[in-house]
This record gives sequence, C-alpha cells and structure tokens, in this order.
Amino acid sequence: MSMDCLVVDDSGVVRKVARRILEKHGFSVREAADGALALQAVEQAMPRLVLLDRNMPVMDGIEFLKNLRARYGSSEPTVVMCTTEAAQERILEGLEAGADEYVMKPFDEAILVDKLTMVGVLQA
Amino acid sequence: MSNATFQFIAGIVKQRSGGVLGPDQAYMLDTRLAPLLKRENLASLDALALKLRGPASDKLAQEVAELLTTNESHFFRDGKPFDHLKELLPALHKARAPGLPIRIWSAACSTGQEAYSIAILIADAQDLDPSMKARRFEIIGTDLTRAVLDRAKEGIFTQFEVQRGLPVRALMKHFKQIEGRWQASERLRGFTRFEQANLLQDVARFGRFDVVFCRNVLIYFDLPTKARVLNGIAAQMAPDGALYLGAAETALGITDRVEPLLGQRAVYRPVAARMARSA
Ligand SMILES: C[S@@+](CC[C@H](N)C(=O)[O-])C[C@H]1O[C@@H](n2cnc3c(N)ncnc32)[C@H](O)[C@@H]1O
Repeated sequence: MSMDCLVVDDSGVVRKVARRILEKHGFSVREAADGALALQAVEQAMPRLVLLDRNMPVMDGIEFLKNLRARYGSSEPTVVMCTTEAAQERILEGLEAGADEYVMKPFDEAILVDKLTMVGVLQA
Repeated sequence: MSNATFQFIAGIVKQRSGGVLGPDQAYMLDTRLAPLLKRENLASLDALALKLRGPASDKLAQEVAELLTTNESHFFRDGKPFDHLKELLPALHKARAPGLPIRIWSAACSTGQEAYSIAILIADAQDLDPSMKARRFEIIGTDLTRAVLDRAKEGIFTQFEVQRGLPVRALMKHFKQIEGRWQASERLRGFTRFEQANLLQDVARFGRFDVVFCRNVLIYFDLPTKARVLNGIAAQMAPDGALYLGAAETALGITDRVEPLLGQRAVYRPVAARMARSA
C-alpha cells in the first residue's frame, strides 16, 4: 500500500515538483491549494504526511497547522513545512504550531528524502 | 594534459595525502586546479607540472594535494554511528574517573559537520543527565586541508548545509542565525578544537582517545595506506574505546588491531597489541 501525502501549496508548479519527487518514493499524492482546502482533504482521509507551504491565500500554513493539531491531536499526520523563508523566528513559529520538520524551497530531492527519513516517514 | 603530467600530479597526491587518483578522475585536475593555474599565471597543467618539478615547489605541491581532496560532509552522516555514540556517552561517563576528560577524535573532519554533530550529542546528553555537565568533553577535529579547517573553526554553515542531516530542532537549539547562515553555539564550539594533521604521519601527539570517527577518508587510500592509518589510530585508542568508520568502509581484512563490535556495522574496538597477530 502506498503512503498518502497531502501537498499543500498555492503554486501549481511547486505542487507538481513535490508530486514528482514523492511519487518516485512510493507516495500517493493529493493536492490542496490553501489551508482551508487542505482541512477538507484531511477530513476525507487522514494522510500519513503533509507537505505544507507557509504563505497561502484564504488560510495560511500556520493557521492550517493550528487547526489541524487542535482537531486531531499532535501525533498524526507528520507535517513538514516548506518555505522560502528561513528566519529563525519564523521556523520556531512553525514548530510551535506543530510542524515536525522544515525544508527549504526550492525542493532538493536528497534533502527532502533525508528529512522524511528523519521524521520516520521513510526508512533509511 | 599529457599522461606524464597526470601521473606526476597523481604521484604528488598519493605521496602527500594518500589519495589514489584513477585515470577516470583526470577531469578533477582541470576543475580543481584551475584557480591555482590562474593565480600562478600558468597556461596549463603541463606548465604546472613543470613548475612542480622545479626548486622550492614544496608549498605548491602541498596546495595541489589539498585542492584534490574531497571534502563533502554533512551532519549526522549515515546516522548509525551517532545512534551508537548516543548510547555510549553515558556509559563512558560512568566508566571514567570523575576528573578525566572524555576525548573524541574526528579524524578527517573536513568542514566540521561531524565534530559538531558529536558536540550536539554531548550537549543533549548533558541536558538529560546534569551529572555529565561536570565532565570535560574534548572533540579534536583534524584534517589535512587547511581551507576546510578554517571553516570548521568558525562553525558557520549555509542554509543548504544545515538542511543536510540536521534535525530542525537541533538547528534551533544549537545554532544562531547570522546573515542567512548558521553558526554553532558557543557551547558547541567550546567542546571542539581543530588542528591540521596528516593521517599518514605520526598522530601520537594528539594523545589517547575514547572515541574515534574516521569516516569517508579511507575510501581514497590504497590497502597498505588504509592499514597504516588504521593501525596508527588503534594505537591512540583507549582499550574500551570505539572507532567508527564510514558506511562504505571496513577494517576487516585490512588490520587486526581493531575488531568489529558484535552486532554492529562500522563500529570497531581496539584489539590489545599483544593479542593481534602483528599486521
Ligand atoms: C569526504 S571528507 C569526510 C568528512 C567527514 N569525516 C564525513 O564523513 O563526513 C574527507 C576528508 O579527508 C581529508 N583527508 C584526505 N586525506 C587526508 C590525510 N592523509 N590526512 C588527513 N586528512 C585527510 C580531506 O581533506 C577531507 O576533508
């Protein structure tokens, strides 16, 4: 059975890049263009992994994350935040909201795989 | 570049760093030595070889050897040795008399990711068990290449480098952001010391070590050089110490001065010299 990953990003290009990498590593991928749509997708089925952009219209990544953890607790799904912004306070804010890991965009396949291994979603 | 030039430069590298350059790596000479050619106003590698054959070329030859080393590294590389060390640190702390430092050697430390990964494990172990705070821990990073040592001493890493292998929580806890890059905390840097050393030469001056990381450097050496380096390391190890090699490296069939730890891959312990059949 393939693992379900929800890619949340308002950029279709970014979602496509993420999808290509994730499918190559055995994930089945769903996409959402903002936090509100992502919450709906989670309601339908709990993904194993969420790759989460920060800045999005309607509902941004931080707000989505707070909602997600408030509704479903902190143990699942695993959330990896993906941003272009690397300021330390910003990263801390994401962790406090309930993110498990961080990767910088643009995606580097090796780094993404490494991070997914770190959080135990992929096997070493 | 003529074949003679390649052979000559490969010979310099072999003699000075132990690294073996195969013909398929000839392209490396072009890319890595280009800045040196420019600085020295030399038209080609053949011209460089000529200069290297001339008098007073010792410094230049050393530079060539250092430029042709591979310095790739990342935090918590291969995972396993660090998992093992995490368990070993409290055990060593218990086994050692209170006043004794616990000494760890990152042999061939490159830009320092290995040394700082070890420092993170020590700091975290101390936070878990405050009795370990009174213990002195020393991490000595050594490398042949001066340029990487300067970077290791600063302990400043790019965004790309901290992404490789370093969990974000460790980054937040142990690094400070400065102008888009990340510097290891004073606490981490306080455990470390970096010095230039050639593994082919005498390393006894660094004293006795409880733990040695010698990873992803033996792969560049031929068999006799591997044996020589491993024997030199084994001679510096505490009898109950641990040696970690890289994922693609082994000491089996190369030396009997160290033996694999039962059930572990790439973790070795020294064999008392009188027990070992002299290698
Ligand atoms: C690939 S890096 C390994 C870094 C780190 N140990 C790791 O596993 O990530 C290899 C390092 O070995 C160093 N090196 C090569 N020959 C050496 C020698 N004879 N003595 C000391 N260091 C050497 C190089 O300068 C380079 O920085």
